Amino acid sequence: MLRLEQVSKVYRKRGEEIAALQTTNLEIADGDFVAIIGPSGSGKTTLLSTLGGMLAPTTGKMWIDDQSVYDLPVADRARLRQEKIGFVFQTFNLVPYLTARENVSIPMYLAGMTPAAQRERATELLESVGLAERMEHKPSELSTGQQQRVALARTLANNPDLILADEPTGNLDPASRQMVLSYFEKFNQTGKTIVMVTHDIAAARTAKRMLNLSEGVLEGIPHEPVLKSA
Amino acid sequence: MTFTSIIWKELRERPTAMITSVLSILLGVTALVAIRNVSVFSEQEVAGKLDTLGANVLVLPKGVTLQDYYAADMHEETIPEQHVAELALAGLTGVEGLSPKLCVPIKLQEKSATLTGILPQADLQTMAAWQGGRLFKKHVGCKAKINVANAQDDAPEALARRRTIQELHDHEAVIGADIAGTLGLNTGDAVDMLGETFTVIATLEPTGTIDDTRVFAHLHTVQRLAGAGEVVNVIEVMGCCEDVANGLVDQLGTMLPDTRIVTIANVVETQVSINRMMTRLSYLFLAILIAVGGASMASAMYANVMERRREIGTLMALGATRRFVTRLFLVKAGLLGLAGGLGGYLLGSGLALVLGPNFAGVAVQPIPSLALIAAGTAVLVSFAASYFPARRAAGLDPCLCFQEV
Ligand SMILES: Nc1ncnc2c1ncn2[C@@H]1O[C@H](COP(=O)(O)OP(=O)(O)OP(=O)(O)O)[C@@H](O)[C@H]1O
Ligand SMILES: [Mg+2]
Repeated sequence: MLRLEQVSKVYRKRGEEIAALQTTNLEIADGDFVAIIGPSGSGKTTLLSTLGGMLAPTTGKMWIDDQSVYDLPVADRARLRQEKIGFVFQTFNLVPYLTARENVSIPMYLAGMTPAAQRERATELLESVGLAERMEHKPSELSTGQQQRVALARTLANNPDLILADEPTGNLDPASRQMVLSYFEKFNQTGKTIVMVTHDIAAARTAKRMLNLSEGVLEGIPHEPVLKSA
Repeated sequence: MTFTSIIWKELRERPTAMITSVLSILLGVTALVAIRNVSVFSEQEVAGKLDTLGANVLVLPKGVTLQDYYAADMHEETIPEQHVAELALAGLTGVEGLSPKLCVPIKLQEKSATLTGILPQADLQTMAAWQGGRLFKKHVGCKAKINVANAQDDAPEALARRRTIQELHDHEAVIGADIAGTLGLNTGDAVDMLGETFTVIATLEPTGTIDDTRVFAHLHTVQRLAGAGEVVNVIEVMGCCEDVANGLVDQLGTMLPDTRIVTIANVVETQVSINRMMTRLSYLFLAILIAVGGASMASAMYANVMERRREIGTLMALGATRRFVTRLFLVKAGLLGLAGGLGGYLLGSGLALVLGPNFAGVAVQPIPSLALIAAGTAVLVSFAASYFPARRAAGLDPCLCFQEV
């Protein structure tokens, strides 16, 4: 379970203060699929960074399964991300000098898995996203849709409970966008909690729950999920 | 995937970015190794000369300057042979032997050679005994083994090493290794020199000095055949140990005011000062290595960190700790330093092989232990230069992973 308690975030830059996130309370149950929509600059990435244990809030606490994340030392937070959280980025963020298989191996390598085991699981994961033929290709040799699929495989590498996605469909063509959304649905069906931030209202509708973020204020939107894969 | 494979792949992807900095470290190390290599051998040579010849003093004509001890007699100027008797009779403390020499260029079976007239120790001993003097007096506190010439040690074959000979008769000759080799001369052969026939009584072991191209005969025979009169080019005064050399210089100077007194220390002075200069130069190159190599490594590393900000942020999002990121850059720096250091060692050792004989006049061999020092220094410089860039990388905000480009 994921819980924000009186969390707010104020950026301070050269004496200027930007309140990116107003005081927020939020609970996300295990297995939930939450979409957060909102205009540019509304604080979506700020909220997601905080949920990911990468951005300490100005006030309040963030809990993951009874663990107050920002009371942990930095190194423990890194370990927490490596064990429990998977990220999906708008720009895929594949390491440019590594092949698809090596990119998928990174989280497993960081978790201390042996090279042979990394290789085996990376191969499996890439096959499961339909990239069996592209294992040894570098990101520059892949289409954007394929790159995002590699990134999805990497997200699943350490079998995280929570997936945080920032505009995962923002840079994709309609077909690839559709594919990513159906993967999310599939991941959610296997019990993973997903928080997806997006501009794309249609994409957000595939989630179980929708939240709107506007100028740092978060509020729920009444919504019935549309099942794409059904 | 492993730690080193990440580093290698990143390096392979962008090799040019780091080349300048590795090159500048490599060149710094090259210069350091080359200079150090040459100066180690040059210092060894000086030490060797001082060790074997340190106790000796040369009595030369006033106008002569010299670079090579072994060629001390290769000049036209002369001093009276009378000085030999004066020295023998003075009974100078700590003097073990006297060796006057006179050189004349000759043709030996159409080959150029140097005929060197020497005075056998037996002649000197007779001279001293005759006058009632004692030639060799040990000085107080001398720890050296007595080394006075005798028939057993100073056989003709030992001439090159001992620099004296006990017996040498009128028409006998001792042949240097090179001459004996090229002319195929052996003990017992007869040779014609300056119109007279000599019997070869010994050929010498090679010494690597000019002595290898000499033919030795009795001083008085050489004087007569060359029509030189009773003169010599040099008198070598053998002291028992280094302690006496300096005292002898003063004594000889007052005794023989029309001569120039030179110690082996004087002879190697130039080489010693070249060595000192090379040592200073090596400090300069070390400073350049640290300043230029370090600065260029630091700036290349810094640029590398900046270029990889999003990658680092992503790695951190995936669970990389700050320690991991620091290590990623420091190990890379270490590998680059190692490459620069070892490359510099190879290049520098090669350079020394050329520079040694041509500029410092010493034969040089690679010194394996320098590889360790070279690699160590280069790695250290590389580490130090990359420390702050690596810290900077580790301090990057993981939220960078969400930023576009
Ligand atoms: N590191 C930072 N320092 C200062 N201000 C920041 C920083 N990051 C974000 N902000 C500001 O905080 C506010 C919220 O930014 P955030 O990136 O969370 O918005 P967003 O909803 O993700 O926008 P977009 O849809 O364009 O990605 C913006 O006004 C932004 O300028
Ligand atoms: Mg954003």
